[in-house]
Amino acid sequence: MLRQLQQIAQWFDDRLHLTKLFASTAGHRVPKSSGSWFYVFGSGTMLCLMLQLVTGTCLAFVYVPSADEAYTTLEYLTYEQPLGWYLRALHYWGSNFMLGIMSLHMAQVFLFGAYKYPRELTWITGVLLLFVTLGLAFTGQVMRFDQDAYWGLGIGTAIMGRVPVIGAQLVNLMLAGPIIAGETLSRFFTLHVFILPGTILALIGVHLRLVLTKGINEYPKPGVPVRRETYVEEYETLVEKEGVAFVPGAISKDLYFSAFVMLAIATCAAVFGPKGPEGVPDPTYIQTAPQPDFLFLWVYSVAALLPPYTETVVLLVGPAVGVLALLALPFISNTGEKSARRRPVAVLTVLVAFLGLGLLTWAGLTSPWSPHMQAWTSDPTPVAFVKGRSPLELQGALVLQNKQCRNCHALDGVGGHRGPDLSTVATRLTRDQLVRQVIQGGGNMPAYGKNLSPAEVDALVAFMMTLHPANELPARDATLSVRRSP
Amino acid sequence: MSDTPSSPQKSGSDCCCKGSSRRGFFLTLGVGLNVVAGSLLAVPILGYVLSSLRRPPSAQWISLGPLGGFPSGTTQLATYRNPVHRPWDGKTADIPCWVRSIDGSKFQVFAINCAHLGCPVRWFEQSRLFLCPCHGGAYYEDGSRASGPPPRGLFEYEYKVEKGALWVKGGFIPTLARPLSAA
Repeated sequence: MLRQLQQIAQWFDDRLHLTKLFASTAGHRVPKSSGSWFYVFGSGTMLCLMLQLVTGTCLAFVYVPSADEAYTTLEYLTYEQPLGWYLRALHYWGSNFMLGIMSLHMAQVFLFGAYKYPRELTWITGVLLLFVTLGLAFTGQVMRFDQDAYWGLGIGTAIMGRVPVIGAQLVNLMLAGPIIAGETLSRFFTLHVFILPGTILALIGVHLRLVLTKGINEYPKPGVPVRRETYVEEYETLVEKEGVAFVPGAISKDLYFSAFVMLAIATCAAVFGPKGPEGVPDPTYIQTAPQPDFLFLWVYSVAALLPPYTETVVLLVGPAVGVLALLALPFISNTGEKSARRRPVAVLTVLVAFLGLGLLTWAGLTSPWSPHMQAWTSDPTPVAFVKGRSPLELQGALVLQNKQCRNCHALDGVGGHRGPDLSTVATRLTRDQLVRQVIQGGGNMPAYGKNLSPAEVDALVAFMMTLHPANELPARDATLSVRRSP
Repeated sequence: MSDTPSSPQKSGSDCCCKGSSRRGFFLTLGVGLNVVAGSLLAVPILGYVLSSLRRPPSAQWISLGPLGGFPSGTTQLATYRNPVHRPWDGKTADIPCWVRSIDGSKFQVFAINCAHLGCPVRWFEQSRLFLCPCHGGAYYEDGSRASGPPPRGLFEYEYKVEKGALWVKGGFIPTLARPLSAA
């Protein structure tokens, strides 16, 4: 029986040459030192991609990429199709994990100097893979065709519209028409389902081919620099002397990590569920505050925090510079030390990049620059701010509430945070300064001169003059007493 | 098309040379035929894909409904069906805009899109401001920029009053590259 099975296997192998294929691919020899926990992120990213292909295909069984019906099918998927919610959640969390693990992979490759000679092209294909993955994440966000997707496309349109000379044409190419509508969704669907996945598979082919031809980076040792003249020979000796077959010699940790990633995605999907869909993509419904997905929150923050006059340049030139810098990296730093212990600038770069992205994302989550559009009707004036006030001051409190001041200004932390909290404004501005600020605006505040009657301004300022701690006097003009007593 | 070999061989008999030049010729011919046929196929395919790279259709006059719907001194939301739309566009072809009636005969009609990054601006009657929920752009009631990141005032439609109705000239999403016709 066993011998018969062996004979059958042999028969197939004689025709398919699988043993030979295995020896030159999965069974190829790698430096023993690369069987490390730091080397698991590449296979982890690819695992996520495989999962995305499977769950994405499943979702396409039901999803209809039509502007008129996409939202209905999303709701059907989420609430009626058996396990549809779970597949949507797996696809959503799979994409988050994919980009997360990919960033770890990239940071590790950078810190271990793996992009240096002779693996420049491996790094470059990796950078391209990152861009395609970001493209998949953005187009995927559009597939969830709800209000956020609609206005997210609007933001993309506005950015394209800032391109000089060919802006209008680019907008039309992106939207496939004059407005965000049916053909726009079809366009993004084609990108998300055919063009970008095809590209990513082709690029992975090249990326993995390069891992086979140029070998995986050995675990770098401090004080052992890369020299173009000797490196290839040194690597070959290393692999020959203390190399192991990738399968089964160095794959165990990848396997543990894969299992962990699958469990993590399955758990996140089960516990947190899918995202949205949030609201019918009806442009006439304007009571909406669009926000991009988690992965793009940092872009949203950048757009809010940049000084307006730098915005167009940074939004258009910034990405180009970033792309060029990433692609040029292996040529700028082609040889020399690989170990992070001897490359403080590299370590600092990674720290700054992760901290920067993390802080911008955090800022995006709290988005203090967005006015709270409902604050004026939903956030009551805290009791402490009306206690013991005169009728005029109370009238001023009403003006503050009714004129939507609270949408941008908080009282005791409650309300918008676009402008400064007014809880202690009287300690910062004198009466005259308050009047001027209200009437003329400035410092990023609209002027209310035309929209408030003199009586309303009087009342409002009288109220704001009371906004100071009990033990601290309001600000006053030190020159007043001098001017009054000539 | 040339039937001379691309590189004369230094060694080998005449027969071999002749043979390789024959092969070379047929190889060149084969590649050439495929280039020609491929281009013939590629032209319509690229034309199909890049058709939307052309400038969008010019603006058209769109009715927003009878004047009676816009009482003097009010600013309110109006919607229209975009003149260029597909049968499967659903609600996405319904485009909102803000109509400010100055005195019942003079109007200002603003696009819904913030001039910063295109988010929908909201009108606040009490403070007479348009506020954007995304990054906090603010505009006065006449559409001029009040504060925040927008580089200009709201995009404004050209309008006319005809047959007792208010008409605006539009049909595409306004951007900095192609703002609506009126200043």
